[in-house]
Amino acid sequence: MNKPDTTAPLLEVDRIRVRYGDLPVVEDMSFQLEQGRIGCLLGLSGCGKTTVLRAIAGFEPVSEGEIRLGGQVVSRPGWSLAPEQRQVGMVFQDFALFPHLTIADNIAFGIRQQAASRREARVSELLELVGLGAYARGYPHQLSGGQQPRVALARAIAPRPALMLLDEPFSSMDKELREQLAREVRAILRHEGITAVLVTHDQLEAFLMADEIGVMHAGRLEQWGSAYELYHEPGSRFVADFVGQGVLLRGTVLNDHQVETELGIIDGSIDPAFARNDDVDVLVRPDDIIHDDDSPMLTEVCDKAFRGADFLYTLRLSSGARVLSLVPSHHDHAIGERIGIRLDLDHLVMFRR
Amino acid sequence: MKTVLFSILLFLMPMFGSFALAAEVNLYSARQEALIKPLLDRFTEQTGIQVNLVSAKDDTLIKRLESEGRNSPADLLLTADAGRLHRASELGLLAPVESTVLEQRIPANYRDPEGHWFGLSLRARPILYARDRVDPEALSTYADLTDPRWKGRICIRSSDNIYNQSLVAARIATHGEADTEAWARGLVANFARPPRGGDRDQIKAVAAGQCDIAIANTYYLAAMLNDDQESERASAERLAVFWPDQDGSGVHVNVSGIGLTTAARNREQALRLMEFLVSDEAQRWYADSNHEYPVVEGVEASDTLKAWGTFKPDGINLSELGRYNADALRLMDRVGWR
Amino acid sequence: MTNSLARPFRLPSPWRAGVILTALVLALPVLTVFGFVFQPAGEVWRHLADTVLKDYVLNSALLLLGVGLGTLFGGVASAWLCSMCQFPGRRMFEWALLLPMAMPAYIIAYTYTGMLDFAGPVQTGLRDLFGWSYGDYWFPEIRSLGGAIVMLSLVLYPYVYLLARAAFLEQSICVLEVGRTLRAGPWTGFFRIALPLARPAVIAGLSLALMEALADYGTVQYFGVATFTTGIFRTWFGLGDAAAAAQLAALMMSFVFILIVLERWSRRQARYHHTSGRYRHLPRYQLRGWRAVAAFGLCLLPLLFGFLLPAGQLLVWAVATAEKTLDAEFLRLVWHSLGLAGAAAVLAVLLGLFMAYGKRLRGSYGVAVAVRIAGMGYAVPGTVIAVGVLIPFAWIDNRIDAWMRASFDISTGLLLSGTLVALLFAYTVRFLAVSLQTVEAGLGKIKPSMDDAARSLGLPPNQVLTRIHMPIMRGSLLTALLLVFVDVLKELPATLILRPFNFNTLAVRAFELASDERLAESATAALAIVLVGIIPVILLSRSITRARPGHE
Repeated sequence: MNKPDTTAPLLEVDRIRVRYGDLPVVEDMSFQLEQGRIGCLLGLSGCGKTTVLRAIAGFEPVSEGEIRLGGQVVSRPGWSLAPEQRQVGMVFQDFALFPHLTIADNIAFGIRQQAASRREARVSELLELVGLGAYARGYPHQLSGGQQPRVALARAIAPRPALMLLDEPFSSMDKELREQLAREVRAILRHEGITAVLVTHDQLEAFLMADEIGVMHAGRLEQWGSAYELYHEPGSRFVADFVGQGVLLRGTVLNDHQVETELGIIDGSIDPAFARNDDVDVLVRPDDIIHDDDSPMLTEVCDKAFRGADFLYTLRLSSGARVLSLVPSHHDHAIGERIGIRLDLDHLVMFRR
Repeated sequence: MKTVLFSILLFLMPMFGSFALAAEVNLYSARQEALIKPLLDRFTEQTGIQVNLVSAKDDTLIKRLESEGRNSPADLLLTADAGRLHRASELGLLAPVESTVLEQRIPANYRDPEGHWFGLSLRARPILYARDRVDPEALSTYADLTDPRWKGRICIRSSDNIYNQSLVAARIATHGEADTEAWARGLVANFARPPRGGDRDQIKAVAAGQCDIAIANTYYLAAMLNDDQESERASAERLAVFWPDQDGSGVHVNVSGIGLTTAARNREQALRLMEFLVSDEAQRWYADSNHEYPVVEGVEASDTLKAWGTFKPDGINLSELGRYNADALRLMDRVGWR
Repeated sequence: MTNSLARPFRLPSPWRAGVILTALVLALPVLTVFGFVFQPAGEVWRHLADTVLKDYVLNSALLLLGVGLGTLFGGVASAWLCSMCQFPGRRMFEWALLLPMAMPAYIIAYTYTGMLDFAGPVQTGLRDLFGWSYGDYWFPEIRSLGGAIVMLSLVLYPYVYLLARAAFLEQSICVLEVGRTLRAGPWTGFFRIALPLARPAVIAGLSLALMEALADYGTVQYFGVATFTTGIFRTWFGLGDAAAAAQLAALMMSFVFILIVLERWSRRQARYHHTSGRYRHLPRYQLRGWRAVAAFGLCLLPLLFGFLLPAGQLLVWAVATAEKTLDAEFLRLVWHSLGLAGAAAVLAVLLGLFMAYGKRLRGSYGVAVAVRIAGMGYAVPGTVIAVGVLIPFAWIDNRIDAWMRASFDISTGLLLSGTLVALLFAYTVRFLAVSLQTVEAGLGKIKPSMDDAARSLGLPPNQVLTRIHMPIMRGSLLTALLLVFVDVLKELPATLILRPFNFNTLAVRAFELASDERLAESATAALAIVLVGIIPVILLSRSITRARPGHE
């Protein structure tokens, strides 16, 4: 770690496996993160994402595979560099602020070995950065819910860690505060040039903060990619279902570039692995369905949700299958009304049934 | 925190290596400090020999002596009853002593025939009765107390106490186990209440009318009669002493005694202390301050004791008490003497 | 959030080895005594089973039940009133309710017997007043099982009170406010929210009280109640059968074991980390009218009978005998008692901290069992512990001596036996449970993420302890320190057996005189124990109030 290998990615998680006793929690997990990037592990609770984070921090040993930081192995089976020696900062779900220390002392905790003048300068710099300059002498329990994560972040950043880990840091907050903080935190991480891994179950948070996102399911990494890739090119049925909204519509492969569905024949590039007449499910996102009064294809409005600029309609096709459609909010249709739609699909995503 | 640790260290320091005094003797005493210290101080005054004391219960001191083995610092073991001395001697913890002073001054039945231990002071455990409710003519022997006419009238403490264990052990030694068991059963049947409290409590219960007869050690009654508190004296004055079995085996007695340990390193000083304890001065002190009977012939008992007259003590060798102690306890368990 | 501490995490092994080794050393006395279990004791055991065993079992069980109910009611009710309600006198009761803790059980037993016995002033006064004589009236017999239960409850309820009150004060305001918004009045709030939340603390206090009751010798022996402790003593020394005595002790320990298992079972997987970090000044329920009077009376009762009356009686006696008992020697007794209690308290808390933290770091089965075993000494009577210390220490000393003699012709004598080291060791064995329980409870309230946070900020495990845990649980540490201090101050059997030459303590002095039925003269020493004990008790109370986060 003292001599970082500049060619290697900052963080490499290489086919790791983590078990609690006999219970496998993380299986065959791999991903990499380059210096300065913000990665995110996205998944439902219990999918193993926090465990991966804890393994990177050094709190959990790996039973197979390796974790490397700056090209140096920090975890391998039977050996693990102690968390305090990894130069990895972490923000905890409950923030874990030390109740017996002032805000300033909390932030200074990781840089207690530095000279007093340098330390104080760093603390006040960070306090300004997180907008809590007035609270230096206060105690954690005097802070509001939105202030605690800021202190936790400042505390973790203070020693300038090589890597920052954030474990569901905004999960206890309301949506607006969460979005605001996510933007702020991203800006701060960028400002400090810190590489970070975020763990969350909230995709909006992931999209707001992360450059790269890994979707986890049942201890495995389903897909690693940008938000755009996950949304438009999901690699698995789970990812398609989990990321963004949408439905899977039954279809049949006609040839190497066409699939037939209830909504008509869809053109696109089809993986050569599919053969003619294969039964498939085609991913249809709400923005793929365009409301068009002139369209001959009529569907029944089953449900609708007002979302400000648009409505999210749930529409029933004649077969009984349902699709979602995002429609500008001046098109206000009553439930039970029949409206015309047409399909405008940019990315053909399908899975074998 | 640092000052706390420092003062602890300061406190612990003198406890190591403080064994370099010139002339000293180390004593394990079952007799409580308050009941022996003045005498020991007097000894130090006279001889310049420092006496180091640990006081605790007899049994635990014997256990300590036994575990410490040949490296035990104790030179002397002093107990409040002969039975324990016998047990210590059986365990090989006591060394035989030859001393003409001790042999001349202490009657033979109050010391071990082989010189393993020597009695220092004597006490009796007679029958005490309520002056206003019991006619002394009606009293005769311990055995008579099992008669149904005493039903619900007798107070005595629990069988946990060595005094009662000795009483029963002495009886086993003279009358045999079967006879003693029948006697104990009869006695228990006449108890006024389940045994509780000490000897003084039995005396007070008689004074208060809860029972008419108590079996208790002489020095407790004597001490109460000489107590500073008027209420104690008033209670004690309502009782009188009856010496049972004067035509038979005599009143149950026991001694406090002392023995030299096999591990003793200060034998000479120890011997001097033993001899001091049977000197006229020491014997007088026992008599006057503790109201015990001196073992040495010719040293007078306290006025209180003298007022009760003389009596015939049980003549068995007191080693027997130790021999039958466990039997006595089991017997009392069987007859329900709690 | 899953609990990271139960997970296998490769720890620097010195911790693990250290904890297990320490536990083994501390278990030595108990193991020594239990070693006798394997000696044949057939005949004596049969004798016991035929005659007295059922009394031992029944009386001990009833004693535990009675003391359990008594301390639970007295401790929890007064703790709730003092922490959650406002009524006249509350601030005084807050600390005064702890005072009975400074009163040794055997002293209160002697004192009450002196007052309430048939021949005592109360009954004599009644007889004089109404012209009754024996048999004319009914008066509760103080020297009975019931009496022992009352005596022990009076001096042991502060353990429950102390821990329950600390728990009530620590409950975060949010939880209680949630309760109020859900229309929970004071009663519902108490039974449905505060009490379940405070349960680990209440149970910890209760188990301390029960273990102490089970190990009590002085009171039950004086009251003539045949329990396991009196039975062990009688069997070992009277019948001279160590094996049967050890088997009795083993049977007694199974009582403790059952208690522990029941508690664990009832708690199962529930964890009690506080969910919110927000604290504010507790808004207390304002009591007025008859409610205030009732609360005052309820708090006064244990204080009056557990402290004021007996201490008053002791004071009267002490004044009457002061010139006989107060001398330079007496000051030495005070110094000895203070020094021993202080040293033992620091030792027990340091070891307790070490073991509790080792368990937190490395919660493996072996470590958990080791920690449990190390805490067993509390339920074992002091005499048994003392003999258990005596035998191995003397054995080791004699072995070293024999070896030195053989090899170098030097006799080392007894190095540890008969020194304060042996005595302090016995205290630690006996009272480690007190510090361990308190420290464990304190540690349990610190969320595991604190450890992780500190380590991710570059702190190695041992420094996490000193820089994070110890400051956060300052209140718990102080509580543990003072509890052990007061306990050692009162401790008797081990002190009697193991102390060095010419070394007496206040407890030894008080006991020797009291057991010689010289109650009045013992009062000065007894009162001194109480007075010396009061100071830490008051400190304790203040520290708990202060330690509550958000108090400043």
